[in-house]
Amino acid sequence: MVMETVCPAGTPAALRAAVEAGAHSIYCGFADETNARNFPGLNFSREEMAAGVAFAHARGAKVLVAINTYPRAGAAPLWHRAVADAEASGADAVILADPGLLAHAAEHHPGLRRHLSVQAAAANADVINFYADSFGVKRVVLPRVLSVPEIAAINAETDVETEVFVFGGLCVMAEGRCSLSSYATGLSPNMHGVCSPASHVDYAEEGGELAARLGGYTIHRVGKGEPAPYPTLCKGCFTSQGATGHVFEDPVSLNAEQLIPQLAKAGVTALKIEGRQRSRAYVAQVVRNFRAAVDALAAGRPMPEGMLARLSEGQAGTTGAYRKTWR
Amino acid sequence: MELTVGPNQFFWEAPRWAKFYAGLARAPVDRVVLGELVCSKRLPFYQDRLPEAIEVLADAGKEVVLTSLALVTLKRERRMTADLLAMGLEVEVNDLTALAHLPEGVEFSVGPLVNVYNEGTLAWLAARGARRICLPPELPLDSVRVLARAAADLGVSIEVWGHGRLPLAISGRCYHARLHGRTKDNCQFACGDDPDGRAVDTLDGQPFLAVNGVQTLSASTASMAHHVEALAEAGVSALRLSPQSGDFVRLCRLYRDRVAGGMDGEALSAALLPEVAGGALSDGFLNGPCGADWSGGRA
Amino acid sequence: MPSASQTIPIFPRPAGMMLRPLPLAPLSAALSMLARRVVTRHPGLLRRLGAHDRARFLIDPTDLPLVLCLEPRGGQVRVTAHRQAPRADVRIAGPLAALLGLVHGAYDGDALFFSRDLVIEGDTAAALALRNAIDDAELDLAEELTALPPVLAGALRRAIALAERRTGVALTRVAEGPAW
Repeated sequence: MVMETVCPAGTPAALRAAVEAGAHSIYCGFADETNARNFPGLNFSREEMAAGVAFAHARGAKVLVAINTYPRAGAAPLWHRAVADAEASGADAVILADPGLLAHAAEHHPGLRRHLSVQAAAANADVINFYADSFGVKRVVLPRVLSVPEIAAINAETDVETEVFVFGGLCVMAEGRCSLSSYATGLSPNMHGVCSPASHVDYAEEGGELAARLGGYTIHRVGKGEPAPYPTLCKGCFTSQGATGHVFEDPVSLNAEQLIPQLAKAGVTALKIEGRQRSRAYVAQVVRNFRAAVDALAAGRPMPEGMLARLSEGQAGTTGAYRKTWR
Repeated sequence: MELTVGPNQFFWEAPRWAKFYAGLARAPVDRVVLGELVCSKRLPFYQDRLPEAIEVLADAGKEVVLTSLALVTLKRERRMTADLLAMGLEVEVNDLTALAHLPEGVEFSVGPLVNVYNEGTLAWLAARGARRICLPPELPLDSVRVLARAAADLGVSIEVWGHGRLPLAISGRCYHARLHGRTKDNCQFACGDDPDGRAVDTLDGQPFLAVNGVQTLSASTASMAHHVEALAEAGVSALRLSPQSGDFVRLCRLYRDRVAGGMDGEALSAALLPEVAGGALSDGFLNGPCGADWSGGRA
Repeated sequence: MPSASQTIPIFPRPAGMMLRPLPLAPLSAALSMLARRVVTRHPGLLRRLGAHDRARFLIDPTDLPLVLCLEPRGGQVRVTAHRQAPRADVRIAGPLAALLGLVHGAYDGDALFFSRDLVIEGDTAAALALRNAIDDAELDLAEELTALPPVLAGALRRAIALAERRTGVALTRVAEGPAW
C-alpha cells in the first residue's frame, strides 16, 4: 500500500498546488487562533475551506482541518464553531490536541474523524491507546522526539494509525509543551497558534553582522553572505558558561526522505510535511518529491535523493530524533 | 492560601536530596510533591531514600504526593509510570500517560505540565477523578479566574506556580549532555553539576534561559509575590513553590508570612532577590507583556 | 524551482542606468493603476493583509536605481516611485528578478530569505502578510498589464520589454511544472 502524504496548505492557492502535485491529503486551518499556524496573511475563511475541500475531493484528495491550539478559558465556542464548520465544509477529519475539545467533538460530532495533533505530544502506546479509548481518536501525529525503533514499538502496541513528520521545520521540544515563545514575546503556540511571532522579530545590521532579535533577545548573528535563519527561539545561538553555540538545535530542518522505507517498515501510515507558512511554489516542489518517493517505495524502486536541501531552513538537513544519537 | 512544594526539578546527589526533604518537615507548607519529574535516569540515585522522606514528611503533617514523569517515551518510563500508584500515595499527573494507568474512580492531582487551558479539559479531568490542579504557568490571570470558578463548581482545588524557575519546555534531547558533547544515553549525569540548572545567555550576555537535562527553564525565577491577593480573589487556593538551592525552609517561611498577610509583595521580593538563581524575578505570564516581565508590584 | 543566488538573474547595470531618466510621475500613476486593478480582481489580497492594510511597504529592487512605495490604504491602493527611499514600515529588498519571482510563484519567500537573496527590515509581520497574500492571489503581472490603458501603461511596458529582453526575469506566472 502506498504511504499517505499529508501536505501543508496555508492558502487556497497552496492547497490547489499541493493537490495538483499529487498530495493524498492536505492539512490546513481557519484564519484565527484555533490553529497552530496563525500567521499574518495565512489560512482559510469558511468559504475558502468549503471550496478547498470540494477541489480536493474532486481530485481524490482528502482535507484534514487542524484545530490544534488549546481553547482559551471562557472562549470555547470559537473552537467549537471551528469543529462544526470543519464538518460542514465536508472535511475528512479534524486534527485536535485539547482533551476538552476532543471530548466535545466526540460527543457532538461523532461522525467526524478525529486525529490527535502533534501538539498533544502523545509519545507512547499507553497514552495513544488512552486517547483512542477516551475520544475515539483514529490517528495520532507523533511528536518529533521518537526514534524509528520507538515508532515501530508504538505501532506494534496500538491500532491507532500513526503519522510522522518527514520534512520541514523541526520542533526540538515536545510539541504543545513549550512556552519559550510566550516567555519571550507573550504569544505562544498553545494559546495563540504562533511561535516566535514575526510581530516581535527585529533585524538589525550591526558592525557588518545581521542580528536577529525576538522580543528584544538576540537569537543569532550572522556575517555577510551567511544563511540567515528566521529567529526561532530554539534554533538560536546562545552562550552558556563560556561556551557559545546552538544550545538546543542547529538551524537545520528535518529531512527524513531517506528514512521512508524504514518508517514504512515501522508501520507508519502517513508522512507529514511541515510548512503551512511556506509558498505554494515550495509546497508543490516538496509534495512532488515526496509523492515520487512513496510511489517509488510502493513500486520497489530506490528513493530519489537530495533534491530538497535548498528549500530548507539554514540549508542543511537533519534526520532529527529518528536517529537515536540526536538526543 | 495553602503552600505546596512542587517536585524538585533538578538532579541533586542522594545525601543532598535527603537532607532537603528532611528539612522540609520543619517548613510551614501544606503539601509536598515528591519523585522524579524530569529524567527517568536520575531516579535510581535516590529512589531508596523516598520511603524515609515520605515518612518524615507525613509525620510532620504534610500531605505527600508522588509525581509522574513529564515526558514518558521509553519502556522503563512506562513501567515507572504504571508503578506509581503502588506507592500508596496520591499521584500527580504531569503526563497524561499516568492517567492511562490510573483506574477510573481513583482520585489524583494534576501538575503544571499538563495542558489545562480551559473549562472543557478541566471538567473532563474532574470527571476522571482530579481533585487538585496546578495550572500551566503561562496562563494569564483572566484564564486563572475562569478556571478557578469552574473548578469550584466541580469540587476541584486550583493551584498556581508561585515560585521557581519556570518549566518552559521538555524535550527528548538532553541539552546538558549536548553542551558536554555527549548524547543522552551517555550523559554521565552532567546535569548534576548545576543544582539550579545551567544558565543560557544571549550573545549579548543577557540572561535568558537555563537548561536542566531534557528540560528548559527560565533564567528568571518566577514569583507571585505581588499577586497573592489577586489570586486569592480569583479563587486560587494554593501556591506552588519549586525547590531551589539555598535556604529553602526560610523561603517557605517568607511565603507563609506573605500569604498570612504579615508581609507585602515588596518586602517578599526584596528578601527573595538575593537568593534566586539568575538574580532576577518574573511574573509576566500573569498579566505582563511576556513571561519574562517583572511587574515590580505595578498594578 | 531555482532558488540559489547564482541562478537569480541580476538586472544588467547598463539597462538599469537606462531607467534612471525615466520620469517618476507617470510611472507612479501607471503602477498605482496596475495595483488598484490587481486589488479589484483579487479581493482576497486586502483581506489577507488584515490589520496590515494601512502599512507602508518599501519595495526595493536592489539592481534598479529606484524604489517603490506600496500603500494599500485600506483599499485605496497607491504606488509611488522614488529615487530616494521614503520612510516606510518595512523594506523588502532584493534583485528585481527575485521580487517578481516571488509574485509569480517562481520562488519561495522563506528560501530566498534564508539564502539572503531577500532582505526584510522593519515590520516583519507586515512583510509576511503581504508575501502570503500575494502568494495566494496567483498573480500574473503581464496579464494584468494587458488591461491597462495604453497611455498609462507606456512607461511600464517599455521597462518590462527591456527587462524581458535583457534578463530573462520571470515576468509571467510560472506553470508549477516539475523542476526535475
